[in-house]
Amino acid sequence: MQPAEVKLDAIGKSYGEQWVVRDVNLHIRRGEFFTFLGPSGCGKTTLLRIIAGFVFPDEGTVSLDGHPMNHVPPWQRNVGLVFQNYALWPHMTVFENVAFGLRERKVARSEIERRVMETLKQVDLKGTENRRPSQLSGGQQQRVALARTLVIQPRLLLLDEPLSNLDAKLRIDMRIELLKLQRDLGLTTIYVTHDQEEALALSTRIAVMNRGRVVQEGASRQIYEQPANEFVAAFVGKSNLFSGRVLQARERYIEVQTNDNLIIHASSTAPATLPQSGDAILLSVRPEAMEIDAVGGVTKDTNQFTGHVAASAYQGSFVEYEIQMAGRAVKTYAVNPKGKALFQRGDEVAVTFAADDVVVVRND
Amino acid sequence: MAFLFAILTAFILYPVLRVLWIALSDETSNLTLIHFLNFFRRPLFREALWNTLVSGLLVVVFSGLLSLPLAYIIARYEFRGKLLLQTAATLPLVIPPFVGAVALQLILGRSGMINLLLMRWFDTTIPIMEGLAGVVLVQTLHFFPFILLNTVVSLSNIDRSMEEMAQNMGCHGFRLFRRITLPLMLPGFVAGSLLTFIRAIDDLGTPLMLNYKNLLAPQAYLRITTVGMDDVDGYVVCVVLVVLSLVSLLAARKYLGLAEYATVLRSAPATRRLQGKKVFLVWLLCGAILGVSLLPHIGILLLSFSKVWSFTLLPTTYTLGNFAEILFRAPHFIKNTLLYTLLAAGLDIVLGAAIAFLLLRSRLAGRNLLDAIATLPLAIPGVVLAVGYLRVFHGWDFPGLGAPLTSSWVILVIAYTMRRLPYTVRASYAALQQVHISLEESAQSLGANRLKTFAKITLPMITGGLVAGGLIGFVTSCVELASTIMLVPRIELGPISYGIYIYMQSPLGRGAGAALGVVAILLVSLGTYLTHRFFGGRAGNAFRI
Repeated sequence: MQPAEVKLDAIGKSYGEQWVVRDVNLHIRRGEFFTFLGPSGCGKTTLLRIIAGFVFPDEGTVSLDGHPMNHVPPWQRNVGLVFQNYALWPHMTVFENVAFGLRERKVARSEIERRVMETLKQVDLKGTENRRPSQLSGGQQQRVALARTLVIQPRLLLLDEPLSNLDAKLRIDMRIELLKLQRDLGLTTIYVTHDQEEALALSTRIAVMNRGRVVQEGASRQIYEQPANEFVAAFVGKSNLFSGRVLQARERYIEVQTNDNLIIHASSTAPATLPQSGDAILLSVRPEAMEIDAVGGVTKDTNQFTGHVAASAYQGSFVEYEIQMAGRAVKTYAVNPKGKALFQRGDEVAVTFAADDVVVVRND
Repeated sequence: MAFLFAILTAFILYPVLRVLWIALSDETSNLTLIHFLNFFRRPLFREALWNTLVSGLLVVVFSGLLSLPLAYIIARYEFRGKLLLQTAATLPLVIPPFVGAVALQLILGRSGMINLLLMRWFDTTIPIMEGLAGVVLVQTLHFFPFILLNTVVSLSNIDRSMEEMAQNMGCHGFRLFRRITLPLMLPGFVAGSLLTFIRAIDDLGTPLMLNYKNLLAPQAYLRITTVGMDDVDGYVVCVVLVVLSLVSLLAARKYLGLAEYATVLRSAPATRRLQGKKVFLVWLLCGAILGVSLLPHIGILLLSFSKVWSFTLLPTTYTLGNFAEILFRAPHFIKNTLLYTLLAAGLDIVLGAAIAFLLLRSRLAGRNLLDAIATLPLAIPGVVLAVGYLRVFHGWDFPGLGAPLTSSWVILVIAYTMRRLPYTVRASYAALQQVHISLEESAQSLGANRLKTFAKITLPMITGGLVAGGLIGFVTSCVELASTIMLVPRIELGPISYGIYIYMQSPLGRGAGAALGVVAILLVSLGTYLTHRFFGGRAGNAFRI
């Protein structure tokens, strides 16, 4: 079956006075791996359930391949859904679980047998078909849930935090498996997660959600490198945020005086929103974009400030420092620390970052 | 621990083993099966056994048929007046079955309301209250809420995603119910049915009131009370009863274990709102079922205010005299009930909490045996326990009492305590399980010793569960008849249930008996209401034992 495209047009859903989803407009293209990312309670799961048909929106239209779906019941939509808790039926064997959807579709017995076995092989579960779900490990249960959905060849795959019940190592392995499987099948996939790393790693595009609204939509890189607002900057990865006022603006280059009286040079990459001098502005610098050195080295022509190490946490592939500087704390990551001297608590250090690494999050 | 063992052995294990031993030994104390062979050779007993099995089964089947649609509607739909309906559905529980039997006879019996009408209009009658049919009818109307509550719990314990996943796969409507919902709720449903079966075969009051004697429980009662304490047949009947109950209990346990697997609950199934014509249909269905099940309440209320009521549709003269009789002339029935049941409930709370504490917080060897003995009363019919007590405690003076235990009212308190102990053990166990050990450990690491930790952390957290367990014990003891009528030493020491039984023996006393019945209903209603207050939405769980 050809993968579907999904259009969400001004979707809204409220429970009583409370809008759980409001004014959501998204276009998910054929074969895309699209993620709804946000903290718990942001409405991402509700949105997924609206697409699956378990929740009917109060406002707006859901359409699949151009057909409005608002009042089509779940059992007529032919979209596959994998639940966070897998929802494997305990009274059925693995085979019966996977065969369920095919039986509902009145597929011939021999065909069911063939397709179930083929799909079980695809997710590396051959030999478990006669076991009960309770006899499987968490990772295996996860794959049964996936197989059960894939075997009906849905036109759309919906995944509700499918990896969140697995332990950390398995989660990362499954992430790669899922990525390969989805790219091989070319299946339009909508993925719901609160894990920003997972979202960045898997998705072709991401919609970041907060309080029922989509606050930014874009490719993984765009979301991380060009956060559109304070919420995205803080939620996706870590950010050092500086608010202040523009002193001078020369084309893309601006000079900002922050509220803690630091002067920061930034080069805005979004020409549409060229800041003017006097504008209030919010800047973001990622911790890995900040470099720290001993004081007294060469002064670079970019942003450089001195501060004290307040805490250092060695993490193997990088060292996380918290630096106390101009009355506030900033976070920095010193990557690949092997063989280098580490700074200790109390050391005086110079914090340096390039104007290109400063992102203008918001200017009014 | 040793103390607990001593108590449970003396008042549960030993009396039952004694009954078993008498049934299995001959005059020279040799093991023999001859009494059982005799039992199966006698057509009377074979018939009693057969009747017991059939009536128990029929009660379960009819109760199940009544409960399934009601349970599904309650668990899955929201509609106007649902709370009223839910309350009405638990009302049959508050009327003791033997009281209900009397009331139903007035309405459905040979010369009851309905048959009088039928006679007048169609010159015919329906013998619905005669013989086994009457017993099955009364028990079904009384016991179906047990299955109903169990089924509602099972239904709402099914994780919502189980059904949604099936819908997502293209399954819906009745097919969804048959392939997913039904198999998932079945273990809980079966367990509830088995427990109801135990209660039904244990019920002595209903057959006695309806004067239908050919069941196991009344046979055991009659053998012991008329033929005498030394009649072996009575003991054999008891053992057969225990075996039936025990097998059902073990099977129920197994099914409850199976039911656990479906209850990895994250989100309860969504309830759907009904409107318009559908609400009307739902009300019609539920109204019909509940209307019939509330007939006994109406009957007993009418009877309690009636002076004369026979061979007429409604009482011919009304009076308050019946209440005057039980409140002023013979107030001891009510006083005794309160004394015995509150004492028993208090003892149950203490014993239940102690046993639960040992089970969950100690590593002492033998605690599981303790649990097993404490659970045993669920499978010991009241008649059997009473027979055991009579056998063990009759004829020798209990130390400190100066008389045999069976000639004192204390024996009733002990019987009630032991009969209801499983409820408080379960309730305390469940409550204590909620208190994660780390909550106690953090109090201890902050400087509170064991006693202080228990008083300040554990006790406040389990009080609700303890009280709820005690209340269930109180409620069920209030209307306990089987062991009561065998153990009451003198008439003035009898509780309400005994009073009702005595009054109902004579046509003139029926009004006063009914008035006592109304008091019993009020007591049980109060207890049930309080249980719901303490247990909150989990009240249904209390009946899942």
